[in-house]
Amino acid sequence: MCRSHPDRPAARRAQTTVWLPSPYFRYALATLAIVVPTLAQAAQISDLAETSWTEQAIEFFSLEQPIVRTAIVGTVLIGFCCGILGSFLVVRKLALLGDTLSHAVLPGVALGFLWNASKDPWAIFIGATAAGVLGVALVGWIKQTTHLKEDSAMGMVLAGFYGLGICMTTMIQNMAMGNKSGLDKFFFGQAAALSSGDIQLLGIISLVTILLVLLFYKEFLAISFDSGFAQTIGMPARALHYGLMALLTFAVVVSLQAVGVVLVSALLITPAAAAFLLTDRMHWMLVLAAAFGMLSGVLGAFISYLSNNLPTGPLIVLGATLIFVLALVFGPRHGLLSKILRRRRQRKRIALENTLKSVFHLCENSQFTRKVFEASELALERNSNLPAIESEIRNLVKSQLAERVAGTNGARLSGQAQFQLTPQGWIRACEIVRNHRLWELYLTNAADYESDHVHDDAEEIEHLLGSDLVRRLEERLQNPIHDPHGRLIPTREQITA
Amino acid sequence: MSERFFPEFNWHAVFVQPWTEYANSTFWIVLMGFLVSGTCGLVGCFVILRRMALVGDAISHSLLPGITLAFLLTNSRATLPMMIGAVAAGVVTVALIEAIRYSSRIKPDAAIGIVFSSLFAVGVVLISAFADTVDLDAECVLYGELIFVNLADIATIGGVAIGPEPVVRMAVIALIAVALLLIFFKEMLVTSFDSGLAASLGINPTRYQYGLTLFLSIVIVSSFESVGVVLVIAMIIFPGATALLLTDRLPSALWLSTLFSAIYALAGFHLATWLNASIAGAMTVVAGGVFAVVWAAAPNRGLIAHALRKRGMNRPELEPIAPDA
Repeated sequence: MCRSHPDRPAARRAQTTVWLPSPYFRYALATLAIVVPTLAQAAQISDLAETSWTEQAIEFFSLEQPIVRTAIVGTVLIGFCCGILGSFLVVRKLALLGDTLSHAVLPGVALGFLWNASKDPWAIFIGATAAGVLGVALVGWIKQTTHLKEDSAMGMVLAGFYGLGICMTTMIQNMAMGNKSGLDKFFFGQAAALSSGDIQLLGIISLVTILLVLLFYKEFLAISFDSGFAQTIGMPARALHYGLMALLTFAVVVSLQAVGVVLVSALLITPAAAAFLLTDRMHWMLVLAAAFGMLSGVLGAFISYLSNNLPTGPLIVLGATLIFVLALVFGPRHGLLSKILRRRRQRKRIALENTLKSVFHLCENSQFTRKVFEASELALERNSNLPAIESEIRNLVKSQLAERVAGTNGARLSGQAQFQLTPQGWIRACEIVRNHRLWELYLTNAADYESDHVHDDAEEIEHLLGSDLVRRLEERLQNPIHDPHGRLIPTREQITA
Repeated sequence: MSERFFPEFNWHAVFVQPWTEYANSTFWIVLMGFLVSGTCGLVGCFVILRRMALVGDAISHSLLPGITLAFLLTNSRATLPMMIGAVAAGVVTVALIEAIRYSSRIKPDAAIGIVFSSLFAVGVVLISAFADTVDLDAECVLYGELIFVNLADIATIGGVAIGPEPVVRMAVIALIAVALLLIFFKEMLVTSFDSGLAASLGINPTRYQYGLTLFLSIVIVSSFESVGVVLVIAMIIFPGATALLLTDRLPSALWLSTLFSAIYALAGFHLATWLNASIAGAMTVVAGGVFAVVWAAAPNRGLIAHALRKRGMNRPELEPIAPDA
């Protein structure tokens, strides 16, 4: 019999399972605690400068100094490019390919440098692009021909190429002509170091990127989400993939000088991931990612400008991280905060419904003769203590599902307080019991469960069955009257009556 | 070009001189290289099997803020605080990655990328902000170089000189790694391949996962001063990946990875001597070369074997199927 099952453990389980990420949320808070003071620190440093904060801000945003203009234009273009291209990487679960690329271009950079022993952007650009494309191709090739997994393949290409690059740069530095200064920028990056040639390159890349994405949006969308489908309808999936990779390499190579090897991948991943948290539509994701990329670029360049000695690259990355954390916490649909609120609402609803169900059971035990019950009776039924029951009743009253009955024998006395369900509460109670019993019947009839095994399952599902599903259950079970334990299932007419 | 990029190859200078004239330092440097890559390789086999290769990359980058903070707090470059800071950073990295994965719909690869780049950025900012007080060089952390390993401090036990302090320290780590491997071999084997089976045998897979992560960060910390942050990854991934192309058995993969590490250390040293380049870089180049050779020529899984099998399949040599009687 259903009554022989204590309601409480199942109810408690239902309450604990809905709250998952508590330790992880704490970790996230801990990160905030680390990241925010760091940012504050960065801001503080500016106070030590000669002029005031606001004056510097005005100076910065008036774009009067050419070096500021270059830095802003450069970082904005980089943020734009990386945001758009990174979105494709993030949705294809290839996020770390950007990291691989940024390390793999190093030998190419060194080769380009060797070409005419100067920091000629074009020579370095060509060398780096060649190395990057080779690296990406190698990752694909290793994955195809061995049983090694993608992460190992990426790690090998990343570290192997980088090692080769380190070898070559140390050789260059040991040669008489090697002037270190040219190559150093590639490791940490300084937006102020961008030359007008770099800006031109960046502009061209951005233009090509936006043009290609606009022209082939549908194709890129198809290969990103269902590459098999794209191939079957005759799209050149391979060519598109390598086209995207080539664009990505260009973007990475040019961004290197502003943000450095290690942090380019952040610009590809973080703004795109933040956008991914905020929307489900690819075109919105592209727009948002580009916007976030540009915003973090300006933010990083600005803080770097305020603080004189801080490198631009890491600050841009921290700007992007800040945006990501904000999206993670406050995102309207996938954000932590809204998830917590949703869970709390659901928990509250389940608690209410469980109370209503118990009241229904009380009523049923009295052969539906009584309508007014005392709190102590409910406590007995729910196997719980009085204060908890009092608060449950309070919640019912607050949601207008029950009302207090002006006391006959000392209503204020603990446990004696009387209440009854409102018509609304009665409907909800019948609904929930109906859900429960229909599901029990469904499990015994259609899924061949033993009738004494179905209660716990029904206890959880009763809160989740929508009206549509209930209707289908009724059809399937041919409008049953009794549940597997022989008790009446409250009918639709009874509910509305 | 006024100068040749590749120096002239001189057999005597490259192979004989180091072992005759500078025998002492050569021995310690090669031994250090072997200890680093050997330890990384042993841990790396499991890292590869568990598809954690890029988590290793993430940890190695996040060490930067860890050791910087440790330095700022204790104001010393002693080994212990650095070690604690770095291991803490490693744990925080993994915890953050898991946190992002579990609390949002961000995929693990993106989570890894976000966490390590942010932490690395925090590290670089910290170093630049306290540049006048921090005697740490981000580049030094990034590259590291075997040639700079301090051979002058001789560690002694009971008055007997054993060897340079860093080498002895690395040797201790290596011994711990081997000991742990021997003790927990069965558990690591089962949890790496079949966590469901492990759980049913009463072995907690998550515990071993975290144990491996913890030990991985210890190994990375103790290695990075000699090979640098990025190339630690090479030493972690290459030996295991190369060995796994040759064998399907974990014990033989572990032996092979140790053998490869020895090759990297020795050949890398000589290559670096010839080219006058970074030893760590040269070791990685050797590692890449060995992988390329094995990838091409491995008996079962190599490209050549593949091609030959394919040709054999295309040849219409099949005997006609005898009809049943």
